[in-house]
Amino acid sequence: MTARPLLSVKDVTVEYSTEGGRFAAIQDINLDLNEGETLGLVGESGCGKSTTGRAILQLPKPTFGNVVFEDIELTELSHEEMRPIRRRLQIIFQDPVSSLNPRRKVKDIVAEPLAINGIGTREDREAKVRKVLKAVGVNPDISMDRRPHQFSGGQCQRICIARALIMEPKLIVCDEPVSALDVSVQAQILNLLEDMKEQYGLTLLFISHDLAVVKNISDRVAVMYLGKLCELAESQQIYNTPAHPYTAGLISAIPDVEAGKSQREEQEVLAGEIPSPLNPPSGCRFRTRCKYAQEKCTLETPELRAVRENHYVACHYPLLK
Amino acid sequence: MEKNSHLQPPLLEVVNLYTHFRTPRGIAHAVDGISFSLEQGQMLGIVGESGSGKSVLSRSIIDILSRDGSVAYKGQVIFEGRDLRSLSAREMRNVRGREIAMIFQDPMSSLNPVKKIGVQITEVLTKKCGFATGPARNRAAELLDSVGIADPERQLNNYPMHLSGGMRQRVAIAIALAGEPKLLIADEPTTALDVTIQGQILNLLQQLQRKNNMAIILITHDLGVVAGYADQVAVMYAGQIVEMCKTEELLSHPRMPYTEALMKSAPVLSAPPHSRLDTIPGLPPNLMDLPGGCRFHERCQYVQEKCREIMPKLESEKSSEHLYACWFPLNNGRPSS
Repeated sequence: MTARPLLSVKDVTVEYSTEGGRFAAIQDINLDLNEGETLGLVGESGCGKSTTGRAILQLPKPTFGNVVFEDIELTELSHEEMRPIRRRLQIIFQDPVSSLNPRRKVKDIVAEPLAINGIGTREDREAKVRKVLKAVGVNPDISMDRRPHQFSGGQCQRICIARALIMEPKLIVCDEPVSALDVSVQAQILNLLEDMKEQYGLTLLFISHDLAVVKNISDRVAVMYLGKLCELAESQQIYNTPAHPYTAGLISAIPDVEAGKSQREEQEVLAGEIPSPLNPPSGCRFRTRCKYAQEKCTLETPELRAVRENHYVACHYPLLK
Repeated sequence: MEKNSHLQPPLLEVVNLYTHFRTPRGIAHAVDGISFSLEQGQMLGIVGESGSGKSVLSRSIIDILSRDGSVAYKGQVIFEGRDLRSLSAREMRNVRGREIAMIFQDPMSSLNPVKKIGVQITEVLTKKCGFATGPARNRAAELLDSVGIADPERQLNNYPMHLSGGMRQRVAIAIALAGEPKLLIADEPTTALDVTIQGQILNLLQQLQRKNNMAIILITHDLGVVAGYADQVAVMYAGQIVEMCKTEELLSHPRMPYTEALMKSAPVLSAPPHSRLDTIPGLPPNLMDLPGGCRFHERCQYVQEKCREIMPKLESEKSSEHLYACWFPLNNGRPSS
């Protein structure tokens, strides 16, 4: 694709201050999202994948770097200026039950973005709510006057998706949207997201720790480790021929029904634990767990570079077959 | 190891177990007529979605559910020939921790945050296993070492907050091992952990199972987890076991349509991106208002009249160890008529 990306994340760093000192939750992240694609963002807890998603929405603003959405530089906007942009830039979260106000009726929850933005009359809004609820597979006749506790987790996630869709956004950041759901419900929500993407012409940033889920929904996949991007490639490519040892380790750690017992015993598990982000290892951050680490990995930080067409990896000694 | 293990009685035998909760809105049939047995040194995986009763089953086995009268049990839990249900509270306390130990999903909340790790392990050793203080501390360090914690002597002086989630789960396992139990119940032991740490913990459990000849009941919602580790799998749905057999057999030839649907709804790595996932329509039934007949019939794509009327029993065909509860079991993915 030669068109300008819908969203560009350039050299974004988010720093936090803690008692242990100032540290970067994410560092020098570069990502582009093209219109209509789904980019999967995977990594283990604390790798900064959610921070990246939130930095895009300016929640909070990145400490350094730029976020360009539809040719507008978001990092320079004030809160007031940001508000109209948020209509086109929505987010859904992991726990659907706690992201819905338990004391409000579903119709008010879903209509709230319209009400805040002063769009339409009450009747217009109600008609829109009905339409969007129907689209996400919630029966409006039954559900409009109910409250969140009367719904299952999967139904609540559908309502959250309806609330995000009602503003007709261009981009939705999905932060672990299926992690709290049972596998049969997870499948329903993943299928729904694919349908909604088609129907509303959405672009998705899909954040998850589950590589199988990410593979199912993504066109391209970015892998993060300890605040940095380590690999970015097309979905099929990254799973078939991972170039970063961490990606390879993650993929082999997934318990797979198909692989079963015999195959698993041949696999090795990544040893060790994720180091503290307060004091990350020098050079390559993965080197402390990497079985291929050499001296150069301690001394020099690997930059993200292309190893194949559309396949980027931050590793001095990528796995290339 | 003895080859004629089938001549001995099984380590654990659960016979027609019912656990019902009295609630203001009615009786919840959380465990509803479950029977299974587990041999020494075997790993049994129990798989089910939320609300299927898998955790209540495990808690019923070691009897740690509320004693305020809201829980009603029926059936037997026979461990090494003794019915645990007939033991007094004091006798049961000696079984827990010594003979049957348990680890839970969230290692932070199962450890005491204001006690040092060393104290939490030696506590079990001195109170349950008759160790004196000095030897208990040495044994505690050995236990930490055996679960793969580096520098165990120093770690004994740390508090749980000093450790990562994976390390905390290792400590919880060390505490569980302190009494050298014959059965370890692991209730979603890796659900709160990252995938690479999950692999480490599951490998550790399997090593301990083999080394100590310890039986394990591994409870999980993730079929992928049991696929790699369990010898046998039981699939639970709405308070009942609906299918049970050797792991390989279950994965290659599921007979019960629910098992098949559960397997198909999980995304697999071998499928290309954007493959449509199979879903199970509807929701699991309300445990307070269960449907008649087969409990899966409302969501089953192969449902027939008989399924709505008569509940199928968990049975196997002749000379087979593959148990399933279905009137029209699948044969290579097709329902029998």
